[in-house]
Amino acid sequence: MNWEILLTALFGKTHDVKCDGDLLSGSAELNGQTVTVVGTTHHAAIGVELALAQARVVLNTVRDFPGRAIVLLVDTQGQRLRHRDELLGINRYMAHMGCCIELARQRGHRVIGLVYDQALSGGFITSGLMADACYALPEAEIRVMRLPAMARVTKIDEQRLAELSKSNPVFAPGVENYVAMGGIEALWTGDLQACLVRALQDAATVDERAAEGAARGGRLLAAQVTARVANA
Amino acid sequence: MNRSFAESTARERVTHLLDADTFHEFLGPAERVVSPHLALLGVPSAFDDGVVIGGGLLAGQAVLLAAQEGEFMGGGVGEVHGAKLVGLFQRALVHKPAAVIVLAESGGVRLHEANAGLIAVSEVMRALLAVRAVGIPVMMLIGGANGCFGGMGLIARCADWVVMSDIGRLAMSGPEVIESSNGVEEFDSRDRALVWRTTGGKHRYLTDDCDVLVEDDMAQFRSAAIGLLGQPKPLSLAGLEVEHALLSDRLQRYGDCRDAMDIWQRAGVAEPLRVADMEADAIVRLKNMMEHLPKELA
Repeated sequence: MNWEILLTALFGKTHDVKCDGDLLSGSAELNGQTVTVVGTTHHAAIGVELALAQARVVLNTVRDFPGRAIVLLVDTQGQRLRHRDELLGINRYMAHMGCCIELARQRGHRVIGLVYDQALSGGFITSGLMADACYALPEAEIRVMRLPAMARVTKIDEQRLAELSKSNPVFAPGVENYVAMGGIEALWTGDLQACLVRALQDAATVDERAAEGAARGGRLLAAQVTARVANA
Repeated sequence: MNRSFAESTARERVTHLLDADTFHEFLGPAERVVSPHLALLGVPSAFDDGVVIGGGLLAGQAVLLAAQEGEFMGGGVGEVHGAKLVGLFQRALVHKPAAVIVLAESGGVRLHEANAGLIAVSEVMRALLAVRAVGIPVMMLIGGANGCFGGMGLIARCADWVVMSDIGRLAMSGPEVIESSNGVEEFDSRDRALVWRTTGGKHRYLTDDCDVLVEDDMAQFRSAAIGLLGQPKPLSLAGLEVEHALLSDRLQRYGDCRDAMDIWQRAGVAEPLRVADMEADAIVRLKNMMEHLPKELA
């Protein structure tokens, strides 16, 4: 979905979100509350600049508007695959963004992620996956790698992968797979504003994704193993 | 006789890091907690899913630690592997060890379990940061042949402290991935010197992404970890503002550099060509000297 259409669906005309290059940022009114909106568009490649710019928006919110909810809008092709980014330590820039989101959560800001287009690998880990809860539109795409590439890397026949992925959500692309594994809380359809309002009300402050993955049958062992170690 | 970090197994690393005979493992191989996904793909699994976790003493202080086994699927993070790490950090919240130490060696998300691995990396990040929030320091020790890449590269930079050997590597995307996406002229993954000076311990140390640089020697990793005990850096707004300023400043100063040697030179290294041949302690002395340069020169 185009970001402008998305913002209108989420907030009507009550937002001042601007697009600067691939960065989306601004604020919006929702149910009489102001929320911060930050994210990316154009299937952005997250390089050092874009990670830093998003971190800035989150930090500004924590500094200037204690408790204000934050909505992360995700459309990324993943981290930028350039020598220069690696030279500058892109993993630290991206981790910084993740830490800023975590700080906001720890200080009582509700943080909701929404994958409205694409969410690939590292670009997703340090944004939507660091939120209290992350949602997706049904037409969105979430993946680490397409099956043909995965077949090459793992040296497993692509047809076999495709066949197995029908019953196992663990490796094939797809938002439903992420719902089954607890990484995506739910898919949003219909009135998106109502979905967001409910998400902000329901946001859990503890990480329950592994337990949800087990309850939904998509990730049966994670919660159990974590509990065994924590209580061993 | 030095014991190499790079040439040791995960279990040997843990044993040699800790005080003698103090390591006890959680969910060890005898419990056979294996990946439920690899067998389906016809891929052999490991009884510890490629990560050893447990507790022990470091200089007499109780610590929790994890060591990734690079020989098993490149240390890749899958469902069980990730859950063991999350459990270790959650355990730290209850038992309040003096530190949580991760001996990282990983290519990142295990592609055979890509979706579970991706989610797990974010779960580890959150669990790790919750531990930092209560003032328990988290240390990353990096020195394995597979480096510390992808999701583990992100996790590493969420820790309080990063210790690397000069042959350790820390980055986001592997050179092969960048080369296959953007061509050999973007990043020649077979140019070992280029790969090393872009992702290696010396570069990360000279640019402050690594706090302590050591030789590939378990005894040096152990001293470094002992030296960092009792020094937590809890996540705070002020701390993240400092981090933000550092990263902005780095971008401004070095954003146009094409090679690590350009960065080192601009940072005050008089002879960047010599860095490749210098021992870790010489690099440490060099950096100390750079930090004492007048600001206008640095």
